[in-house]
Amino acid sequence: MSVPLSHLDQSPAVRERLDRMKAREVILEVEGLSKTFQTGRSAITALEDISFRTHRREFLCIVGPSGCGKSTLVRILAGLETASGGRVLLDGRPVNGPGRERGMVFQGYTLFPWLTVRRNVMFGLRMNDIGHAEAAKQANEWLGLIGLDKFADAYPHQLSGGMKQRVAIIRALVNRPRILLMDEPFSALDAQTRALMQSYLLEIWKKVDITVVFITHDLDEAIFLADRILVLAPHPGRLQELIEVPIIRPRLPGHCHSAEFAATKARLDALIHHTGRPAGEEEVYPTVPLLTDVRDEVE
Amino acid sequence: MLQISVAASHPAADGDAVPGQWFRVRAPLSRRLRVILAVLSFVLPITLWSAVSYVPFLWHPDVLISDPGDVDFFMPGMRVTKASFAEEIADAKASNTAPPVGVPCNPVYLPAPGDVLVAFYTSFTTPPADQDGLWLHQSLWQSIQTIFWGFVISSLIGVPLGILCGAHNGAARLVEPFAEFFRYLPAPAFGTLAVAVLGIYAGPKIAIIVIGTLFQQILIIANTTRKADFSLVEAALTLGTKNLRLLSSVVIPSVLPDLYRDQRILLGWAWTYLIVAELIGATTGISLFITQQSRYQHYANVYAAIAMIGILGLGTDLVLAALGRKLFPWDRAAA
Repeated sequence: MSVPLSHLDQSPAVRERLDRMKAREVILEVEGLSKTFQTGRSAITALEDISFRTHRREFLCIVGPSGCGKSTLVRILAGLETASGGRVLLDGRPVNGPGRERGMVFQGYTLFPWLTVRRNVMFGLRMNDIGHAEAAKQANEWLGLIGLDKFADAYPHQLSGGMKQRVAIIRALVNRPRILLMDEPFSALDAQTRALMQSYLLEIWKKVDITVVFITHDLDEAIFLADRILVLAPHPGRLQELIEVPIIRPRLPGHCHSAEFAATKARLDALIHHTGRPAGEEEVYPTVPLLTDVRDEVE
Repeated sequence: MLQISVAASHPAADGDAVPGQWFRVRAPLSRRLRVILAVLSFVLPITLWSAVSYVPFLWHPDVLISDPGDVDFFMPGMRVTKASFAEEIADAKASNTAPPVGVPCNPVYLPAPGDVLVAFYTSFTTPPADQDGLWLHQSLWQSIQTIFWGFVISSLIGVPLGILCGAHNGAARLVEPFAEFFRYLPAPAFGTLAVAVLGIYAGPKIAIIVIGTLFQQILIIANTTRKADFSLVEAALTLGTKNLRLLSSVVIPSVLPDLYRDQRILLGWAWTYLIVAELIGATTGISLFITQQSRYQHYANVYAAIAMIGILGLGTDLVLAALGRKLFPWDRAAA
């Protein structure tokens, strides 16, 4: 099944950049992936026939309304859940179970609370039998890269939410994964911190040879970060459209006010908020009775 | 069109500032108040005990004879009930003989706090009743050894098994149903069996403590291990952690402070099995001291010995708690 590709107007610079990206080798390939959850006698289809590929150094965002299975999808990519059908190929080899070549950053804070920041970053290296001294050296380098070397000996509970997620990102990256999977990593942060973290993530991505698959329900976040956005539709979770984001890089906060941004947002809005349910299945909200005597017009 | 107005929202509850409530659920206390209340929790019962002991009109159901008068079966230092004392006084008045003299006192089994306090010292200096009997400090040492070995043996089996059950559903299904059954069996019921198998000395006593502690320990440790945050396990999986290293590098460290707290509680339970255990076979340790002292009606010594168990238990726990705060600096629940 081929996914409809939306053709938002692209400037020559953007087009050239995307063409170069698509000419690069394929890192991750998903073929006809499906997932069914068995609950008692009935089965719920969470994902149906999902196919897509990401190229080296691509930043792919996956968006969709709740219930479209985007978290399930990324958990299957990470190997934390098994697919009911289809397959996932990394560098052409089928993926089976979790592994260090697919790093993951979770929505909640998953730093190990009993380890210092440095030892958290070293964790993956130590698990893959790299010596203590070498692991510590690499951890220090990465902590320096994100400016948290001062906090190397602190415990996670002494860090702010944004700092914790920065450490979580480099904890995954220090393992030199082929792909970084991110499951709504900034959704627990406040709006300002989230905006900072987005710029920060792009900063890291620019310096590291890494392909990113980033799940979010925040459309602005997806547009700001992504090369391409995969839109899923719910019930069952299926591919709806692949959007090539027509915004030049490097992305700056000012781009959020550009015409390209607005056009992308409009397209996403149209896909996500005005589709899905067949006629007659619309959710009906009851009318709220009038509970005030103060007759100000609130309209 | 939205025609609803929302009343002023609640101010953020501040924990220590919910005004207009006299019973504030879980309101924090100042450090000063915490210390005062902790001291009071000991002072109040001791005050009550002192009042009953030293205020003559509170309780004092007996009379301590100081001069028997002409009553031939009274002796100085004897305790009789107020009723029989009044009867003898009435008899003496009627027959014109010398009446007995005495002061109100409590029964012999309730010594005054002062006497018990003195006994804390004198019980150590009281020589053993038998020739081959033990001094108090020797008895205490014997008890501590029994507890120590019982708890160590139980932990050597129970902690690894509990962790395994908590981490692996197959192991849990294999072990836990039987442990659930066994923990209802009262440990002292195995007394005679333990003596038959292990002789009359330390063996059966340690066995009773192990039986009493082990099965609870497996279940409690398993339960705590099950509470390990699974998202940390998943994070470790994506970092390339495999099989048993998940257990040693993620599951165990993540629940270690809780396991440590469990062990402190379980050690308390081991102490409660101590006295029963020591009465099995040849009575030993602090129980031997207590039984002998109460046989001679040295109840002040009995109370002192019981209090010493409490002090030893609480003292050990306080030391372990302080050690825990040192060992697990990341654990905020222990702070």
